[in-house]
Amino acid sequence: MVPMMTWAKSILMSGAALAVAALPAHAAADKAAILATYADVAHAMYGDALSTAKELQAAVDALIASPGEETMNAARAAWLAARVPYQQTEGYRFGNAVVDDWEGKVNAWPLDEGLIDYVAESYGTSSEDNPLYTANIVANAQISFGGETVDASTIDKELIQSLQEAGQIEANVATGYHAIEFLLWGQDLHGTEAGKGERPWTDYATGDACTNGNCDRRAQYLKAATDLMVDDLAWMTAQWAEGGEARAGLVNGDPDAGLSTILTGLGSLSYGELAGERMKLGLLLHDPEEEHDCFSDNTHNSHYYDIVGMQAIYLGSYTRVDGSKVEGTGITALVAEADPALDAEMRAKLDATVAAAAAMKQRAESTEAYDQMIGEGNDEGNAVVQAVIDALTDQTRTIEKQVAALGLQPITIEGSDSLDDPAKVFE
Amino acid sequence: MTERHYRVVATLAAAAILLAAPLSALATGDAERIAAVTRPATDFTRAEDYELNPGGKTTSFAAADADAFSQPSANMSFGRRADFTVGNGIFRKLWVSAPSSTQSSDGLGPLWNARACQNCHLKDGRGRVPEPGEDAVSLFLRLSVPPSTDAEREALATHRIGVVPEPTYGSQLQTFSIQGHLAEGRMAIAYEDLPVTLADGTVVTLRKPTYAVTDLNYGPMRPDVMLSPRIAPPMIGVGLLEAIPEEAILAHADPDDADGDGISGRPNRVWDVAKNMPALGRFGWKAGEPDVAQQTAHAFAGDIGLSTPLFPASWGDCMEAQAACRDAPDGADPEAGVEVPPAMFDLVVFYSRNLAVPARRRADDPQVLAGKQLFYESQCIACHVPKFVTARKTHGPEQAFQLIWPYTDLLLHDMGEGLADGRPEGQASGREWRTPPLWGIGLTDVVSGQTSYLHDGRARNLLEAILWHGGEAEAAKRKVMIMTKDQRDALLAFLGSL
Repeated sequence: MVPMMTWAKSILMSGAALAVAALPAHAAADKAAILATYADVAHAMYGDALSTAKELQAAVDALIASPGEETMNAARAAWLAARVPYQQTEGYRFGNAVVDDWEGKVNAWPLDEGLIDYVAESYGTSSEDNPLYTANIVANAQISFGGETVDASTIDKELIQSLQEAGQIEANVATGYHAIEFLLWGQDLHGTEAGKGERPWTDYATGDACTNGNCDRRAQYLKAATDLMVDDLAWMTAQWAEGGEARAGLVNGDPDAGLSTILTGLGSLSYGELAGERMKLGLLLHDPEEEHDCFSDNTHNSHYYDIVGMQAIYLGSYTRVDGSKVEGTGITALVAEADPALDAEMRAKLDATVAAAAAMKQRAESTEAYDQMIGEGNDEGNAVVQAVIDALTDQTRTIEKQVAALGLQPITIEGSDSLDDPAKVFE
Repeated sequence: MTERHYRVVATLAAAAILLAAPLSALATGDAERIAAVTRPATDFTRAEDYELNPGGKTTSFAAADADAFSQPSANMSFGRRADFTVGNGIFRKLWVSAPSSTQSSDGLGPLWNARACQNCHLKDGRGRVPEPGEDAVSLFLRLSVPPSTDAEREALATHRIGVVPEPTYGSQLQTFSIQGHLAEGRMAIAYEDLPVTLADGTVVTLRKPTYAVTDLNYGPMRPDVMLSPRIAPPMIGVGLLEAIPEEAILAHADPDDADGDGISGRPNRVWDVAKNMPALGRFGWKAGEPDVAQQTAHAFAGDIGLSTPLFPASWGDCMEAQAACRDAPDGADPEAGVEVPPAMFDLVVFYSRNLAVPARRRADDPQVLAGKQLFYESQCIACHVPKFVTARKTHGPEQAFQLIWPYTDLLLHDMGEGLADGRPEGQASGREWRTPPLWGIGLTDVVSGQTSYLHDGRARNLLEAILWHGGEAEAAKRKVMIMTKDQRDALLAFLGSL
């Protein structure tokens, strides 16, 4: 997986023309506090992702034990709740190697639906009797996939992890939040009409009530994917605890490198990942399911909490799922010291982005889902999404200025004694 | 960039070639300035003007770390960077099997070599050789057979096709498949040690690979099948290479070695599908592709099994004999009719064109300069041509009229028996390879975490790569073999600074 920070670094460096503001002498102590708060917030966010994932795990176990409308709805509600803290952690991507190497396991998208479970023929163009529509793990104890035949007689955590190895890639197309989402909601076959995935709870019913076959195996997959995700989140939470690798890497390293990581992560998530890949592309293609929470139609929340999370990271203040706050010295303090107007600008822009995202969330909750908003010809809906993209782009320019203001640019241009002007270019 | 714009630009370019007007797109006085600035150095006491910017104004001055190959052209506006990042997203996207509700991401395979562009072009750099027992991803086998009919011979002669595909397995061995399908087979690699003794007594052990296909799932291959191992090349600077005027490349060609220097670079001629005519080949280990768009479209088709506007067959490389593959559900977008709709395809091409070349390091260092002198005076630059100036009219403004330092002539050269694959491709014989660019090569380890050089990654370091040179490069290689250790170190320091 390539971090978005690649291009972001160059964007952030393009603000090189701005002068470096002098920082007061006690700034060094602030930097340590900032990094510690950054790690504390991460620990709390991932901790909340873990605790809500455990609640999801309990709800999934209940669904499997007593399949029914109520337990299905409860499991879905638990999934939606589990997304709230996780999405806020995405500001820790694109710079923290520990996070970047792991992220694909829990939040990879798109999902290889046809590999996991039955899929609707309406998306394909082949004949109805094509057996390849049923060649999925849930329905087949043995399946040829990748370069080999996979023994799927028991679906457990090990099997799912081994799917990840086929094709020699770290990121997964069959585990994590979206695999669980797919198993709870099924495909959204409504296109740009209203409606989300409508998997019946009877897909988990036992005996003759089972619909779409292999309900026991489907349940196995759901359980294995959920258990695996809990394990993965527990691991990440530990990395940000005292002594954890992610925290240690930051607090024991060069403070400026750590500060650069903070801003690069925010910039990359804002511009490249969220505004660009996740939002702009969907709008460009008008593809209704070009949206991350495509089965549950929850994408508006995923985007919203990404944005809330970035604000929390910048301010060094996170409100936990239980309402309590984890607060400390945010990077805002350092920016305010160096250039108060710039800090004020960032805070204002973050507020503006949160507001634009809130408007999109509100629209999704009252009028039309995200996948309808991005539909072709829906000028009003498109505009609401575009407003968020514009706000994200705008806040990225401010982040860029902050990198310069704090003197965080990695300078790599080597001087050359023998050249009159090393920066000269032919034209 | 829209398809229409692409076609307009393509038409202009085609007109330029047809009119055979050399330097027609240049301004008055350009020719002299270009000749002067691209003349190879003769003064090795200091770095040359502009030498720190191997990509001209597109050169990236980001940190020389693992992301060094993933930066956008430095002269790209903030607004266009949005397109670059979206293109990056598509480049990294993991494609999934059809049918899937994520219509813009499905259509993988059914047979494939990789699930994402990034999985072979690791960190936008080159691929790697698999560990023993590991399935290769970024290294695969190209397949073809000699022509056996007049129609095939005619098609080859008129450049319509570059190779005759193996009748069942196509022109590439796909070692992975989606659920319910069988992969074509597996690639087996065996290595043999080949010690080479240098003049000063140092022994360098090269590893000589032999390739075979095993576990074929669609019946036997033709006994006269030709295999050619190909590792993913690095992506940096391809937009710049695309922008070198054809005349400037042809000026270095000397197919009959008329000047008697032992070097006989030849251009490859390949079919340009968009323009429906033969064109100069520039990309690929044997220069089999004319431009970035066609290279990209062929890669989507052969490596990932995805259809694009240029190659709309959703089954990728599958032949008629592979009925299950051909009958499988496809992921074609209902409106565009292809799995990678034009908007996505154009973004990937734009992204690829703008992957920036990183800045030179240590161009001034005395050891590096000494190495540069050895490189130039050993005539390595006869093929690894140091400098070009790109055209004024290019697909994107970033690449226009830049002085670039790719260290390649983009021509085909006979590299000797040791490197020969025995598989012709277009005008390239079974012993010829396109000179690869050397820019960025010193950062291979930092970016990729390992070093696998040459067309199949057999060379584990640059000295091994040099010692594999033969054929037209034999004389230059021999000069390296008789160097002192200090001289070799200097030469390697120079290469490491690129």
